[in-house]
Amino acid sequence: MKVLVPVKRVIDYNVKVRVKADQSGVDLANVKMSMNPFDEIAVEEAVRLKEKGKASEVVIVSIGPQQASETIRTALAMGGDRGILVKTDQMVEPLAVAKILKAIVDAEQPGFVITGKQAIDDDANQVGQMLAALLGWPQGTFAHSLELADGSAKITREIDGGLQTVEVKLPAVMTTDLRLNEPRYASLPNIMKAKKKPIEEKSPADLGVDITPRFKVLKISEPPKRVGGVKVSGVPELLDKLKADGVI
Amino acid sequence: MASLVIAEHDNASLKDATHKTVTAAAQISAPVHVLVAGENCGAVAEAAAKIAGVEKVLLADAASYARQLAEPMEALLLSLADKYDAILAPATTTGKNILPRVAAKLDVGQISEILKVISPDTFERPIYAGNAIETLQAPSGKKIITVRTTAFKAAGEGGSATVEKIAASSDSGNSKFAGEALSKSERPDLTSAKIVISGGRGLGSAENFKLLDSIADKLHAAVGASRAAVDAGYVPNDYQVGQTGKAVAPDLYMAVGISGAIQHLAGMKDSKVIVAINKDEDAPIFQVADYGLVGDLFKILPELDEALASRGYK
Ligand SMILES: Cc1cc2nc3c(=O)[nH]c(=O)nc-3n(C[C@@H](O)[C@H](O)[C@H](O)COP(=O)(O)OP(=O)(O)OC[C@H]3O[C@@H](n4cnc5c(N)ncnc54)[C@H](O)[C@@H]3O)c2cc1C
Ligand SMILES: Cc1cc2nc3c(=O)[nH]c(=O)nc-3n(C[C@H](O)[C@H](O)[C@H](O)COP(=O)(O)OP(=O)(O)OC[C@H]3O[C@@H](n4cnc5c(N)ncnc54)[C@H](O)[C@@H]3O)c2cc1C
Repeated sequence: MKVLVPVKRVIDYNVKVRVKADQSGVDLANVKMSMNPFDEIAVEEAVRLKEKGKASEVVIVSIGPQQASETIRTALAMGGDRGILVKTDQMVEPLAVAKILKAIVDAEQPGFVITGKQAIDDDANQVGQMLAALLGWPQGTFAHSLELADGSAKITREIDGGLQTVEVKLPAVMTTDLRLNEPRYASLPNIMKAKKKPIEEKSPADLGVDITPRFKVLKISEPPKRVGGVKVSGVPELLDKLKADGVI
Repeated sequence: MASLVIAEHDNASLKDATHKTVTAAAQISAPVHVLVAGENCGAVAEAAAKIAGVEKVLLADAASYARQLAEPMEALLLSLADKYDAILAPATTTGKNILPRVAAKLDVGQISEILKVISPDTFERPIYAGNAIETLQAPSGKKIITVRTTAFKAAGEGGSATVEKIAASSDSGNSKFAGEALSKSERPDLTSAKIVISGGRGLGSAENFKLLDSIADKLHAAVGASRAAVDAGYVPNDYQVGQTGKAVAPDLYMAVGISGAIQHLAGMKDSKVIVAINKDEDAPIFQVADYGLVGDLFKILPELDEALASRGYK
């Protein structure tokens, strides 16, 4: 069974983003970019499936500018077999991402797709579910653990009340949560090997998907700033203050 | 037309995330209808009918909705979508699981975790872990929206909506519930508690994490955690507060042994009063804390517990 893993190039999670003064966006100049952390977890899970003999091939897809091919390379160094870059310099909304991925699925016919639960830049938490719906497939979102059997998957999900297990028929889409696994670091030899793995390039138009944005971003602004308060001398002072504030 | 709110419930009781979503819905398109989909959930529908401002409650009571799995819920919502300009759900794991499917099938984008309704087509939502706020204008047509419930006041009681039973849609059967392990707690729910006390890696073990319990009990607080504490297995996943966990905004948030990473701050910086207890006086959490207490939590927590007891908190 082929496994497809979409990966997104995002601002590194350690970077504190700055909103541009003209409110047109956030400052991305000279900012470190990395693979979305949830997608690293997705790649790791797919590679483990291959190592266990449950997946035959791991195909990595990214939609984005030319530099997104570096993100694909990272995934290939972790153990992905080949990549597909759907190249565009435009912002792509989640629905359009899902449509592009559907077109790739139609062509590649994977039995399982693993996406991140959310991209840490736009925090939309939509693409996996939208893709599943467009394909008419079931889904297991926010995955905490996975048991893959013949023709079905048991996915335990991190939900607000604890954990929930669903059993879905394959093909299906799974989205990763933080506890699914701990992604590996690519070794130097594997990074070298990944340089030779193929990455095919396509455009959204090749796939027949219109990516014209539906939404208009009117502005990107700073959230209300919180200012640090005071240090208190000890527990009695703390409780006096909280009492005075009326919160205890 | 109208807007439709997907009720958050566990078949027995209606969660106040629903009331908060109703408030957002009323600002987008009135009248507001509420969909209660579940199994043996008549009492939930009765409760939803009492929310002020709700005109009608749709009750879909069938075995296939017992866990509100995304696939049957998608089919049900698509059968209802024609009648509404907006469909909203709280941004809980249930709402986030279901709504993008509906949006995709209707060929509209979803607006995730709105913080504010500026006008019926313009919304604010957080991006980059809440370090930026996006003001987004949706095109004409249906709006599919999840709501950051901490940003909206709960609609009150006093409504008297009609309850209309609706038939179940067919279920593809390609997904089924296969078990759950829910955290049991007598404490208030994390996302609606007035006081939250959260522990981080500084607590050091599951055993030590219990130091928070008797304080939480005295303050009727919910207990939360950082990702590091969850990853280390001190507490279950549903305790996680942050960008990729739960967003909370209580009157009082106490962060104990938590450094204050941006991902954690994203989930709690809208709290009214923040207290940080940390032995590192340079920990970033102090930059957002109203009251900082620098010191060893293993000394401070027992002191706090005793001081509360002596001040009459039980
Ligand atoms: C400041 C800012 C301004 C923006 N302006 C615009 C705009 O003007 N117009 C516009 O259309 N959009 C705009 N966007 C949105 C766009 O950049 C989003 O990233 C896009 O909508 C996808 O949402 P998401 O990544 O949050 O999806 P999520 O649903 O959170 O992503 C979940 C998963 O889907 C997969 N995935 C998501 N994106 C990709 C991808 N590109 N390649 C491969 N896999 C992927 C990954 O597996 C990921 O883990 C803006 C975003 C920001 C932060
Ligand atoms: C994709 C992604 C998503 C994430 N999502 C989240 C999220 O939703 N929520 C979240 O919380 N994090 C999240 N994180 C993790 C986040 O980046 C931090 O790693 C995490 O919040 C750190 O947890 P912590 O503060 O408990 O641990 P640490 O950063 O290790 O801090 C421990 C603190 O305890 C203090 N301490 C230690 N011992 C004592 C003592 N005896 N007395 C007093 N103080 C003591 C230390 O001084 C230190 O400040 C995410 C990360 C990624 C990459």
